[in-house]
Parts: sequence; C-alpha cells; structure tokens
Amino acid sequence: MGRWFSQLAALIEFNVRTLPKRFGSAGEEIFGIAGVVAVLVGVLSIGQGFHRVMTETGSPDTAIVLRSGADSEMTSVFTKDNVDVIRTAPGVARAGGEPLVSPELFVVVDLPKRSTGTSANVPMRGVTKNAFTIRPELKIIDGRTFGWGKNEVIVGRGALSQFSGTDMGSELSFGQNRWKVVGTFEAKGGISESEIWADASVLAPAYKRGNTFQTAMVKLASAGSFDQFKDALTSDPRVSFSIKRETDYYAAQSRVLRLLVTGLAFVVCSLMGLGALFGALNTMYTAVSARSRDIATLEAIGFRGGPVMISVIAEALLLALIGGILGALGAYLAFDGYKTATMNWQTFSQVAFAFDVTPALMISAILYALVIGLVGGLFPAIRAARLPVATALRKA
Amino acid sequence: MKFVGLIFSNFKRHKTRTLLTVLSIIVAFVLFSYLAAIRKAFQMGVSVAGADRVIVRNKVSLIQPLPQSYQAQIDRMDGITISSQASWFGGIYIDERNQFPQIAVEPEKFLRIYPEFVLAPAQKQAWLQTRTGAIAGRKTAEKFHWKIGDKIPIMATFNRPKSGNVWEFDLVGIYDGIAPETDTTQFLFRHDYLDENRLYGKGNTGWYQIKVKDPKHAEELARRIDETFANSPFETKTETEKAFVKGFAEQMGNIGAIVVAILTAVFFTILLVAGNTMSQAVRERTSELGVMKAVGFTDVQVLALVLVESLLISIIGGAIGILLGWFAVSAGDPTGGALPIFFFPPEDVIKGVVLIILLGLITGALPAMQALRLNPVEALRRE
Repeated sequence: MGRWFSQLAALIEFNVRTLPKRFGSAGEEIFGIAGVVAVLVGVLSIGQGFHRVMTETGSPDTAIVLRSGADSEMTSVFTKDNVDVIRTAPGVARAGGEPLVSPELFVVVDLPKRSTGTSANVPMRGVTKNAFTIRPELKIIDGRTFGWGKNEVIVGRGALSQFSGTDMGSELSFGQNRWKVVGTFEAKGGISESEIWADASVLAPAYKRGNTFQTAMVKLASAGSFDQFKDALTSDPRVSFSIKRETDYYAAQSRVLRLLVTGLAFVVCSLMGLGALFGALNTMYTAVSARSRDIATLEAIGFRGGPVMISVIAEALLLALIGGILGALGAYLAFDGYKTATMNWQTFSQVAFAFDVTPALMISAILYALVIGLVGGLFPAIRAARLPVATALRKA
Repeated sequence: MKFVGLIFSNFKRHKTRTLLTVLSIIVAFVLFSYLAAIRKAFQMGVSVAGADRVIVRNKVSLIQPLPQSYQAQIDRMDGITISSQASWFGGIYIDERNQFPQIAVEPEKFLRIYPEFVLAPAQKQAWLQTRTGAIAGRKTAEKFHWKIGDKIPIMATFNRPKSGNVWEFDLVGIYDGIAPETDTTQFLFRHDYLDENRLYGKGNTGWYQIKVKDPKHAEELARRIDETFANSPFETKTETEKAFVKGFAEQMGNIGAIVVAILTAVFFTILLVAGNTMSQAVRERTSELGVMKAVGFTDVQVLALVLVESLLISIIGGAIGILLGWFAVSAGDPTGGALPIFFFPPEDVIKGVVLIILLGLITGALPAMQALRLNPVEALRRE
C-alpha cells in the first residue's frame, strides 16, 4: 500500500512539474472552467441580491395586513374602520397604551431612471407616525424627516441612486402636487430604500384615496403572537383580511425574478458546463497522448495502472480548481455590489438592489467546476491506465 | 474524389478530438439559439409594437385612472381612427402563482386596433354578444387547459365585484397571434362588464389605446392630446406604443442586457476554445502539408483541403447545434412563464450561418496559410 502511495505522489509531482510545458492545452481547461464559474456566479448573484433586499426587509414579529384576495400592497385596499378593528385585535404590541399599527398607502409615481432617462414606476409610501416606530432600522442619513401635514418627502438611499429628481432640496411634481425632498434614509438594505415616503394624510387627497389605506403594518407583542393575531382577525365577520408575516410576504415577492434568474442560470450553466467538460476532456486526452511514451515507460519500470489513473484525475481536478477559483474571484470583482434596479412584478414598482456574490455561491460554483474536472479527467485517465505498454513505447 | 478520402482520414486521425470539437460547437450553437430567444424576450415585443398606435395614460403613473369622459374628446380629434378603453384587472386565477395579464377592453374597437390578435369570426360574434364573455391567448388557454365554453373564475384584488369576491367569465374565444412575437398570454374581457359589476372606480379607465390615421403624425398627435388635458385633475401622458413598450422593457432594468452580454461572452469563449483545438489540428500537420506540396499539390489545393475539413467540422457542429437549440427553445422558456414571449427568431438563423462559416474559415485558413508560407524543405526538416 505504501508503495502505491509513493508511486502516486511521484506521478502527481511529475504531472504538476510538467504542467508549464503544456501551458496551451492546460490553459484551455482552466479558461473554459473559469468562464463557467464566473457566469454561474454572476447570473445567480442577480437573484441573490434581489432576494437579499426582500429578506432584509422583514421582521418576524411584524405582520402585514392586506385585504383578502390581494397578493401585494399594490392591489390591496381597505377603509379606516377596518384599521380600527386591527388596532383592537389581540397580539398587537403597544407603546404607552397606543397599539403599534401603521396604516399605509402605497402608490407608484413616474420618475425617470438615472441610467436611461426612461420613466420608471417608483414606489411611494404614505405613512403615519407609527411607521417609524415599527421600522426601527430606518435611519435618516441626510437632511431631516418630512414635516407632518406638509408636502415634503424623504427618499430611500436606493431610490436616490437610481431615479432622477430625488436629490436633496429638489422638488418633485406628480400631477398637480409638488413635493420637496428634505431627507434621505437607509433601512439596512431593505426594500424601503427603494421608496419615497410622505405623510399619508397629505398623500391620500393628492391621490384621491379618501379615507382608505392599502396595508397596515402591525408590530406584534412577540413573534409567537402571530397566530393569535391572525386567527382573531380572520374569524372577525366585520373584516376580510389576508394576513402574513412581513418576512413571508417579502420572500414571496422575489419569486418571479428568482424564477427568471434561476431558470436562465440553469440553461446557461448546463450548456456551459457541457462546453467546459468537452474542453477538459480534450485537454486531458491531449495530455495523456502527449505523454503516452512517458506513461508507458513508467509502467514498464513498475508503476501500476491505479496510481497512473488517479494522477491524471488529480491533474484534471487541480486545473479545474485553479479555473474555478479564478472564475469565482473574477465574478466577485466584476459583479459584487453592482447597483441596479428592476421591476417587482408583484407590486408593479421598482426595487433598487445590488448584485450579491456570497461565499456560499462561490463555493458551490467551485464545486461544480470540480465535478466538471472529475468527469473530464476520468475517461482520459482510464485510457492512460490501459495504454498497451509495448505499442506506446514503439510510438514516435 | 481522392480528396474526400484525404479529408476523412484526417478526421479519423484523432477521433476523440474531432468528436469533442464537434460537440463543443454544438453546445455553442445551442447556446446561440437561447441567446437569440432571450434577447428577443427581454425586448418584450418592441419590434412588433404598432407604429400606428398610441397609448394615453395618467401622467402621474400607470396605476392612476383616467375618466371615461375623455374618450369623446379624444375621438373628435383630427388624425384619430378609433380608441378603446383598457383597464388592468390584476385578479388571481386559483393561485397567485398563475400569472397572466387580465385586461378589460372594448372588444370591437380593440380587435380593430390590434389586428395581430386573430380571433375566429364566430368567436368574435360570441364575444360581442356575451357581456361576461372573455377571450384568452392560445398560450394561456393551453397552460390551464381551457376550452371555449368554460367558466373562468377570477378572484378580485382591487377590482371588487358588487357581491362576493370572485368574477366569473365565460370563455367565448381563444385568439392566436399573427406572428410569434404576438403575446398570446393575455386574458381579455369586456370593459362594460367591468364597469357594471365593479364596486369602485365606475366611469374610469386605466388607459386608452388609440389607432392613428398616419403614423408619421403620431408624435404630434400625442402632444396635442396631452395639451388638451393639461391642467385638468387628470393630466395625461401620451406616447407611441413603441415608446410605451420600450419604457416598460426598460423597467426591467439592465438585467436583460447583462444576461445577454454574459451569454455572448460565453458563446465566444466556447468558440474560441473549439477554434483553438481546430487550429491545433492543422498546425501539428505542418510537415505533412510540406510533403503534400513536395509531391506536387498546389498551394490552393492544400489550402482548400484544409478549409473543407475545418468548414465541415463547423458546419456539422453548427447545424446540429442550431437545430437542437431551435427544438429546445420551442419546448418553452426555461423560467416557467416569466418570459411570455420566447421563441427562436428566424432572422437569427442567418447570423448563425455566417458565424459558422467564419468559424470554419478562420480556424482553417490561419494555420494553413502559416504552414504554406514555409517552403517544403523547411517544413519537412521540422519534424
């Protein structure tokens, strides 16, 4: 057994040392695999980034109340009386006796994108004071918050970076209403950062919403009180609500884009994987045939087929690993943090997000590369182990 | 004929390598087909948007309505053939995962404005006669196995009906698209039924679709419409349909552009790798080419021999790849419905053929010419 391993070690060393001489064909495998990995990581980081925005937003002890049947804030609507029912429901957290319920309006406004100048549906939220209590992560990073009862707005960091006219001090005009931008806020990278916020009581008449709201955000006494709260409201005959945890609600919102991205990634990466596999096979067959004489010589002086085979596979894996790491790093440098905005089809409005290359993503891409390397090395390895010694020696 | 034998013996020299090269090229061109389809999908039908159509919507945003009273004023304007109200319905069919656009329109006018939505005359008649009638595009109808005569229940979201929570429609027709770009995922029903049965929003329309007499004056007409309604409580924003659809596609952001860019890079990477192998196969035969010249082959003959060989490889691989890609793309989009328009645009076949030929020429010609530049004696000495 010890002999077996020492043979293997000697062979691997031999292979690695001769690698630079076969730079051209080895480069083909590295290049091909680096490409696959870079693309895999790049495409998936789009979905990852979008998903991150959606999941950073929610908090498990916050519930979102929509009208029954509505699948998003955009399509929901209920009256002020309904809000009173929510306020008295069990399980709602209170601050100083006041139930922490935030009825909100959600509309979209037309603003040009900074990148293309074409118009985009930018989400605008009308809020009440509780909105800030319920979202403690929201912080003003520039200027101040809007004045209650005034035509003033604050703009999320993401919205500021993606849409024109949202700079501090500028005036936005939607229809016949003018709004002054008085501040910028951040919300730990959550979806609120893509929004523009104003006082609900000013936004409602401007959008002819009368005494209605679209959603209510509710701070629960604890994450565990969700069921109690939900059951009480769904069995209340006065109202007809659909109630979700905020985390679940936003996770569902990223479904379409994730579907799109993972579907594309699957097709692209299986095709590219095949392409890279053929490249790897080619490389390793070339490597084996270029060394057929050396291998035969080794076998003639007593090296066994097993170590020869494994040494070829090891070489293929090494090349795949180099390619994988290069590709993952390349993707990280090229894509990570790249800011963009896209349409959230569920609410028909824009979400600003950044591509997110996570370590987990990079590692799974490198594993994929290793699988390609393994398969790419296996068949040539079998051929190497089976080389008829005499014929190979006579060659060339 | 002796050349054919020569070419084939060259193929057989490295059977595995030839096979792998052909396989790589196949993969590259399957990818090419997807690339073409994806690029088309992200354009969202900009190329088929009618030049003779304009869209009037609320200036504040698409979700704000316009009064129906505007229609009479619009119809009186010069240069307008016909207009139809249209409203986004946004309901849910059984499960919120089942997404397809539901739009209320004025049937007669709509079908005149959108001749690319092809509906059998009898079905059209049925639609005009059935207040609760609706038509669905072929793709959506097939997806949910709908037949004409089916009752389609759609749960209301913001368009609440007068009683209950569900709207029931009678499927009276299934429309086809005149071109593959036509969106056949829509579910269209009557605006008068929407108005009659909804609790809120009576008298409003989401937007207006307008057919203009002369596309050349569409922009000017759009300006006139917006001026007419300026400073009213419902100001309008009017654009040609092309601009409207393009704006909509832009809302997806540069994700489409990025994906296309990535795929293009991949495609060329695979070609580069395959091309390199093909060139390699010629380069290592330098001395042989020398021998051929020494025994009397002319430069042109040798070059032709090499070119035919590399062209054959790229044509076989490319043709199989495009064919496979075509089948794969026709089988449906890989995202499970996120891209409503997904097909292989026939005009891209030409692009593919050009690429295939270029690949064969370049990979064969460059190394062959290098080899030919050597004089036979030197080429022979190289061994």
